[in-house]
Amino acid sequence: MMDCCHIREVVQGFFSLLVGMRVTMGNMFVKPHTVQWPRETAPLPPGFRGHIMMLPDEITRYPKCIACTACARNCPSQCITVTGRKPAGAKKKLADCFVLDFTKCSLCGICVESCPVGALDFSRDYALAAYSKDDFNRMNLLEDLVSPF
Amino acid sequence: MKEQAPTYTLEQIDEENFALNLGPQHPGTHGVLRVILHMDGEYILYADPILGYGHRMQEKVAENMTYLQVLPYVCRMDYLGALSYNLAWVCAVEKLCEFEVPDRASVVRVIATELNRISSHLLWWGAYLLDLGAFTPFLQAFTDRELILDLLEYITGSRLTYCYFRFGGLPSDVDDVFLTGVRDFIEGFRGRLKNYHDLVTGNVIFYHRSADVGVILPFDAAGYGLSGPVLRGSGFAYDVRRHEPYSGYDRFDFEIPVEETGDCMARYNVRMAEIEQSMNIIEQALNTIPDGPIRSKVPKIIKPPEGEVTMAVETPRGELVIYIVSDGTKKPYRVKYRVPSFSNLSIFAKLARGQLLADALAVLGSFDLVIPEVDR
Ligand code: SF4
Ligand code: SF4
Repeated sequence: MMDCCHIREVVQGFFSLLVGMRVTMGNMFVKPHTVQWPRETAPLPPGFRGHIMMLPDEITRYPKCIACTACARNCPSQCITVTGRKPAGAKKKLADCFVLDFTKCSLCGICVESCPVGALDFSRDYALAAYSKDDFNRMNLLEDLVSPF
Repeated sequence: MKEQAPTYTLEQIDEENFALNLGPQHPGTHGVLRVILHMDGEYILYADPILGYGHRMQEKVAENMTYLQVLPYVCRMDYLGALSYNLAWVCAVEKLCEFEVPDRASVVRVIATELNRISSHLLWWGAYLLDLGAFTPFLQAFTDRELILDLLEYITGSRLTYCYFRFGGLPSDVDDVFLTGVRDFIEGFRGRLKNYHDLVTGNVIFYHRSADVGVILPFDAAGYGLSGPVLRGSGFAYDVRRHEPYSGYDRFDFEIPVEETGDCMARYNVRMAEIEQSMNIIEQALNTIPDGPIRSKVPKIIKPPEGEVTMAVETPRGELVIYIVSDGTKKPYRVKYRVPSFSNLSIFAKLARGQLLADALAVLGSFDLVIPEVDR
């Protein structure tokens, strides 16, 4: 009696291994799900968060930032430094310095959401590499934009 | 009373009796957990978990930040179930300030959180079986988890430490691409879940590695303050989503999976059944998602009235409780997190005694611990 149960257990156990093997074998014939980077790239989702970047004004092409410092005050990691002044003859302040310490940034997006004029957005830059830390801890976001000063 | 670690005289230490240092960098501990095991050959005499390698003073940090600034940090405690933490924090602050949340936002929150729960359970499934020595399940689970990550990345912008909910609602609405994506995923995954059971649940090796291993008696489960699937594996049908509903969970019809045996197999079965229940919830949510606004009007600077609030949320690992005391300023006066993994880990020392080393790792894996959450 004991032996009969034992044999049944062994057979059932062996069968369960075969069932598992079927799944494993089946996987050999499906297309790979991985993407062979860098030869192929996966599509970036619309909400992708790269480092933050400054948007230019549509008309003047100057940086949109009015140096209200809301982003710097709200940033949990204090990684934004922004100062501004009035360009000659202008009524409103504009940013003359906007530095991001990307080494501390957690890409939370609070700065992007808190900006009253929508001057910030996430870039779609993901392949970031550099030889020096300085390239990331003092990123000048106004660099590529037209300066009003 | 806490039992003292045994001490040895030099004569007692030989190749049979020794202290084995497991971790802090050991794949079986899933994070920086260190366990000092006092061994007698292959058997464990005494296990002493040592915590705190990943301590980041989350609670103290929260006292020095505004309510909004804490939000992204909370999600970094449990990197596998970030949206549950996100939900807990926003719900706690909303309860404290009495903010309204539009219906559509609540439903989307439920969809996202349940997707996150499935992805967390899938990762656990793969990693647990890797602990037990099976490699195919790991790849199988990660393939399906990847589909969920893509969906969540589409709406939240991040792949792991999501931070998608805001006080009073959501920052951005979900579109039809996401909703059909979720529907397709659920449909496809229901079929593939059968493979999971074929591959593992009925497997004889898995059965012998997990049945009757690490049995938690109901008395201990209650006494040690366990929660989540670990508690439900010991016969308690307790789920915060049912017993203290938040974010509109009372509108959905779902079962609480319970197992009586309390061993690793029971915890496994509970989680597998929970995946199915999560899919049921998501399907109901997709069918009833209302149109309308996604965010109610809340002030830019959150200044809650003086008072305190307690908010409990069911994370993939168990019951998370957030306690906030407000003194009426922009920053919380005191924040306390009661995290599930910490309590679940507390019973490990008791369970490990007298076990084989390999079984102790199976028990540790069956708890689904996230160590940054334990250390916080
Ligand atoms: S994304 Fe977050 S951490 Fe980074 S700069 Fe903006 S507010 Fe600061
Ligand atoms: S919140 Fe916007 S406008 Fe204000 S300083 Fe920051 S980027 Fe400039």
